[in-house]
Amino acid sequence: MIVFIMCFILFLVGLYGVLTRRNLIKIVIGLTVMEFSVFLFLVLIGYIAHGEAPIIVPGMKEPVFVDPLPQAMVLTAIVIGLATTAMLLSIAIRIYKKYGTWDIREIKNLRG
Amino acid sequence: MEGMSNIVKKVTQLISGLIFMYGLYIITHGHLTPGGGFAGGAIVAGAFILLILAFGSKALNLKKEENATSVTESSAILIVIILAAIGMAAGGAVFFNNYLPLGRVGELISAGVIPLYNIFIGMEVAAALLTIFLAFVIYKEEVLK
Amino acid sequence: MEQLIVLFVIIPLASAFLIPVVGKLVPYFQKVLTSMVLLALTILIFSYLFSGSEATLIYKVGGWEAVENIPIGIYLVLDGLSAILLLVINFIGLLAAFYAVGYMRRYTAENNFYTLLCLMIAGMNGVVLTGDLFNLYVFLEIAVIASYVLVAFGIEKNELEASFKYQVLGGMASLLILFGIGMIYWLTKTLNIADVAQLLKGNSNTSAVQFTQIVLIAGFGLKGAMIPFHAWLPDAHSSAPSPISAMLSGVLIKAIGIYAILRLFFNMFTISYELALIITVIGTLSMVIGVLLAIGQWDLKRLLAYHSISQMGYVVIGVGMGMMILTKGGEKGVAALAIAGGLFHLMNHAVFKGLLFLNAGAIEYLLGTRNLKKMGGLGKNTPITSASSFSASMAISGIPPFNGFFSKLLIIIAAVKGHFYLLALLAVFVSIITLGSFLKFQRYAFFNKTKFEGRLLAQKIPFTMTFSMVVMAVLCLVMSLMIFPGAREVFLTPAVDVLVNATNYSTTIIGF
Repeated sequence: MIVFIMCFILFLVGLYGVLTRRNLIKIVIGLTVMEFSVFLFLVLIGYIAHGEAPIIVPGMKEPVFVDPLPQAMVLTAIVIGLATTAMLLSIAIRIYKKYGTWDIREIKNLRG
Repeated sequence: MEGMSNIVKKVTQLISGLIFMYGLYIITHGHLTPGGGFAGGAIVAGAFILLILAFGSKALNLKKEENATSVTESSAILIVIILAAIGMAAGGAVFFNNYLPLGRVGELISAGVIPLYNIFIGMEVAAALLTIFLAFVIYKEEVLK
Repeated sequence: MEQLIVLFVIIPLASAFLIPVVGKLVPYFQKVLTSMVLLALTILIFSYLFSGSEATLIYKVGGWEAVENIPIGIYLVLDGLSAILLLVINFIGLLAAFYAVGYMRRYTAENNFYTLLCLMIAGMNGVVLTGDLFNLYVFLEIAVIASYVLVAFGIEKNELEASFKYQVLGGMASLLILFGIGMIYWLTKTLNIADVAQLLKGNSNTSAVQFTQIVLIAGFGLKGAMIPFHAWLPDAHSSAPSPISAMLSGVLIKAIGIYAILRLFFNMFTISYELALIITVIGTLSMVIGVLLAIGQWDLKRLLAYHSISQMGYVVIGVGMGMMILTKGGEKGVAALAIAGGLFHLMNHAVFKGLLFLNAGAIEYLLGTRNLKKMGGLGKNTPITSASSFSASMAISGIPPFNGFFSKLLIIIAAVKGHFYLLALLAVFVSIITLGSFLKFQRYAFFNKTKFEGRLLAQKIPFTMTFSMVVMAVLCLVMSLMIFPGAREVFLTPAVDVLVNATNYSTTIIGF
C-alpha cells in the first residue's frame, strides 16, 4: 500500500513542476516525471508476492511468475512517452528562436 | 559543434563497436531474454550518437546522414507491415499470424516470425532516434547561426 | 468480409510510410496516393453500410481464439456506431485532403503534411475500430501526436505557442487515461472491453469503479474539448492550417473524445444515474458557455472554434438525456430519440463545421487576414465561397431545410418528451445566439462594403478548394433526408441500437 502512495507523491511532484515553473524546459521535465509515476503504478499492479521474473530458463521447476502484461504495457507507453517528449522539445527550441526567451510569462501572443 | 579531446576520440573508436555488437545481441535474442526490438534499437542508436558527439558535427555531412536515416526508418516500418500482411495471405488469413515454423523453446531460431519482427523494429528504432538527434544538431548548426 | 476491417488501419499506415520513401523520387506522388487511399476507404465503408448486414463483425488479430470463452487476443469490432464514425472520418478526410492540394502550396515541406494526415486518419480509424483498452490508448496517441505536429505546421509565433499549450494539456489528459486503464486492469485483470463489461456487471457502485469513471471522464473530456477542459481548443484550432482545422474540429474531437465516452460508458460500465447527471451537466455547460464566449470574437477562426465547443455540448446533451432516461426506467423510445438526435448532430456538425473552416481558409487564401473587421464585400468576388458559407451558417443555426435544423429538432423534442424543459429552453436560446453570431459573420465578411486595404494575394481560388466546398454544401442539404425512414435504417438505427441495448455488445462478442 505504501508503494502506491509513493507513486502518487511522485505524480504530485511532477504536477508541481508543470504548474509553478516558468522555464519551458522545466515544464517538459515535470511532464516527464508525471509520466514515470504512471508507469511505476502500472508495473506495481502486476506484482504477485514471492514471484519470479517471467522468463523461461531451460531446466527450471514451475515457479510463480509476476504478471507480464503490465510490463508489456509499460514498454509501449515508454516508447509513446519518448515520441511526446521529442515533439515537445522541438517545439520548445523553435519557440526560443522566435520569441527570444525561455520564460513562459513572455509568451502570450494569443489571448481572448 | 566541436569534437572532444583526443582521449575521448580514441576510447570511442575502441568502444563504440562493442556497444553496437551488444545492441545487436539484445535485438536478436529478444524472444529468449528481456529486451527485444526497442531496447536493442536504443542501444544501437547510442553507439552512433556517441561517435557523433565525440568527433564533432563537422566530421560528417549532416544533411546526407539525415536523409539516409529517414529513408531507413520508413522502409523498415514498411517491411514490418508487409511481413504482417503476408500472414494474411499465407495460412489462416489473419493479421500478425505466426507462420514460420516454431522450433523448440529456448533455441535461437524458433518462435516463428518474432525474431524477424525484432530485427526490423530494432532497425527502425535506431534510425528514428538518430533522425531525431540529427534534426536537433542540424537545427543548432545551420539555423541558429 | 471480416478481413476488410483490418484494411482500415493498415492502408493509411502503410501509405504514411510509403510517402517519404517514394515521394522524393516521383513528384505529385504524395497527393495522388493520399487521395486514392482515402477514396478507397470511403468506398469500402459505404459498401459495408449499404450491404445491409446487421451483424457485428469481429476480427481477432493474430488468430488467437478465445480460451473457454475468455478472450485473450486483441479484437477489432465493427458495429453500427463504429460504422457511422468511420464514414465521417474517411469522407471528411477525403474532402480535406483534396482541399489541401490547392491550399498547402503556400507552405514549405508539403511532403510531410500528407504523411501526417495519413497517420492521423490511421490513428482515428484504429480508435474507432478497436475492442481492447490498451489498443485504444495506443491509437489515440498516434492520432494525437500527428495532430500536435499538424497544428504547428506553418512555423509562426502563434502556431508554436498554440501547439505547445495543446501538447502539455493533451499530455496530461493522456496520462489520466492511462491511469484509468491501469485501474480497470487492476480491478478486472483483463483488457478486453467486452470482458470487462461482463466482469463489472452490477458492480458499478464501488468507490474504486466510480473513481475510475471520474478519471476517465476527465481524460476523454479534455480530448473532446468539453467545459471545463476546453482551454486548448481556441488556440489550437485557430492557428492550424485550414484543412487541419476542419479535420480537428470536425472529426478528431468526436472520434477520440465523444466516441470513447460513448463506448466506455454505455457498453463497458453499467450506466448509472449519477454518471448520466454528470455527463448532462457537462454538456449543458459546454453548450451555454461556448456560445457566450463566442459572442465577442472578431477573429474568424477563433469564433468558429468556440462554436465547436457549443455544438459538442448539443451532442453530449442528447446522449446524456438518453442515458438519464434509460437509468430512470423511462420509455426506451424517448431515449432512442434523444440518442439519435445526438448522433445525427455529430454527423451534421462534421459537415457544416468542416465547411465553415474550409471557407475561412479560402478567405485567408485570398486576403491574408482573419480579422472580421478588415473584410467585407467578398460576395461579388467569390460566389462559390459565399454561397457555401451561407448554407453552412444557416445549417449551424438550425434553419430549415438544412440538416442542422433536423438534428436540433430531434434533441429538443426528446427533451420536451422526457420532461427536461430547462434543457429544451436552453437549446433554443443557444440556437438563437448562434444565429446572431453567424449573421455577424456573414455581414462582415460578405455583404458589407469592403474595408480591406491591401493587395489580394491571389486572383481566384483553386479548383480543388472550390470542389470540396461545393460537395460539402450539397451534403448540408442532402443529409436532412436522413430523417426519413429509408435512409434512417441504413445509418442511424444500427448506431442507436448499439447504445440503447447496451449489453448486447458484450454478449455478442463473448458469446453468452
